[in-house]
Amino acid sequence: MAETRGTDCPDAHLHGAGAVMSMADVNAWFIREVLPLEPILMSYLRHHWPNKGDIEDLRQEIYARVHVAAQRKLPQPVKPFVFTVARNLLINRARQERVVPIEAVADLEALGIAIDAPAPDRTVIARDELRRLLDALDQLPPRCREAVILGRIEGLSGREIAARMNVGTATVSEHLENGMRLLANLLYGVSPDTGESK
Amino acid sequence: MTIEIENVTLADADAVEERAANWLQRRQFWNWSEGDQADLDRWLAESPVHLVTFLRLEAAWTRTERLVALGTERVEAVHRNPFRSIFIRAAAGIAVIAALGIGSSLFLRPQDRTYSTPIGGRETVNFADGSRIELNTDTIVRTRMTTEQRIVWLEKGDAYFRVKHDGAHPFMVIVGNRRVTDLGTEFLVSRHVKNFEVAVTKGRVWLEAFDKQMPSQSALLLPGDVAVATAESVSVTKKSTQSLANALAWRHGVLVFDHTTLAGAAAAFNRYNREKLEIGDPTIANLTIDGSFQANNLQLFARVVRTAFGLHIKTYGDRTIISR
Repeated sequence: MAETRGTDCPDAHLHGAGAVMSMADVNAWFIREVLPLEPILMSYLRHHWPNKGDIEDLRQEIYARVHVAAQRKLPQPVKPFVFTVARNLLINRARQERVVPIEAVADLEALGIAIDAPAPDRTVIARDELRRLLDALDQLPPRCREAVILGRIEGLSGREIAARMNVGTATVSEHLENGMRLLANLLYGVSPDTGESK
Repeated sequence: MTIEIENVTLADADAVEERAANWLQRRQFWNWSEGDQADLDRWLAESPVHLVTFLRLEAAWTRTERLVALGTERVEAVHRNPFRSIFIRAAAGIAVIAALGIGSSLFLRPQDRTYSTPIGGRETVNFADGSRIELNTDTIVRTRMTTEQRIVWLEKGDAYFRVKHDGAHPFMVIVGNRRVTDLGTEFLVSRHVKNFEVAVTKGRVWLEAFDKQMPSQSALLLPGDVAVATAESVSVTKKSTQSLANALAWRHGVLVFDHTTLAGAAAAFNRYNREKLEIGDPTIANLTIDGSFQANNLQLFARVVRTAFGLHIKTYGDRTIISR
């Protein structure tokens, strides 16, 4: 028995032995535990991989592997697991492409800083969430922001947004798609404390 | 842990994300059929990269739901204001009714569908007519959405309704022997063991007894009205906008406490988590707590309480006990 549980406690177990996780449980776990690590994961990838064009591809592959592993058993603690997956992926890619010295990524010690960086404090998240959302909204391009506000806050349908903005439905779709993608980057890819951008 | 060396082919994250965003906005803003849902499910099952990309976009989009409570006017006001440190509280006119729910269920028809969430779950159900229902933790609804009828039975839990009003086809929510009829509105209906509540955030609803044997007890509820109904009577009072907004914070995955006792807060967390929080010492049950917390993070709450009150927490399997 541990006094506290969670990622700060390496011998912790979030779920009782033999607990069966549904896909929805794994998805919820992924959103709750893995996505908040994105700022430090991105900074790790940028640090250790020379080709900046690969970073998003690598991130998604890491997420996919973490998710697949979690479908069998939720990894505990989460953060070292995610970074081990990241490191192994980089090693494999490096061997395959011969673009970076393997040593550059092989040493888990090199991750020390990233792993020790505090995970986002969830109390802060709860309190500052609204502020953060408003900031993210403000960083969208003006027309995209308008479509997102009409759809999200006014609750208009796609057709109604098109009529209100006086544009075609395909344009509305495009604005909303861009908005959703930008919001994901602003809400997950950027550290709430430093505002470090991708 | 070791991972074997293998050749890795990376998916093109940009192309996958574009596709995922296209699914998400189509589901949210355009006509969405069961065929579309099946296509999406198939795409998600094709590759874990598809799944995680979609989850990430969907999770970010879900977070923005919180802005809805602010309304466009406030969001724009904040946008224009260079000193935006002033926190703007969600403020919407809300009315609550409580009444005794007795029995339920008419006959099951083939077009009826049942939606449910597990403990800690939260789901949104979108209907072809543009209406939607958000289900809170541990909730069951049965729906009958046809061209003639729009009926939802709330069997258990909390459901928040955003109704596309259609005067010719009223949207009805039935809880036990009572019926709530939408008159152009957004509202919450909660059903617990012995009572149910209706909270109106926008527009108006009509509350009435469902079976004819009951004495006529109907009420038109406007924002700000609070109707409390028992088997014998309906009374209308007011409740503060803020406390009602707090009661709806679950829509954002948040629990808001305002002078809530430790015992009350523990009960609230236990509704959202399979792991349970217990108060190990009756002398601390009435300590009061303020603040917002993620509903699914019981451990964080326990740690905050430990620090704030200098208490101790011990975890045994799925039980976490707070004591002096």
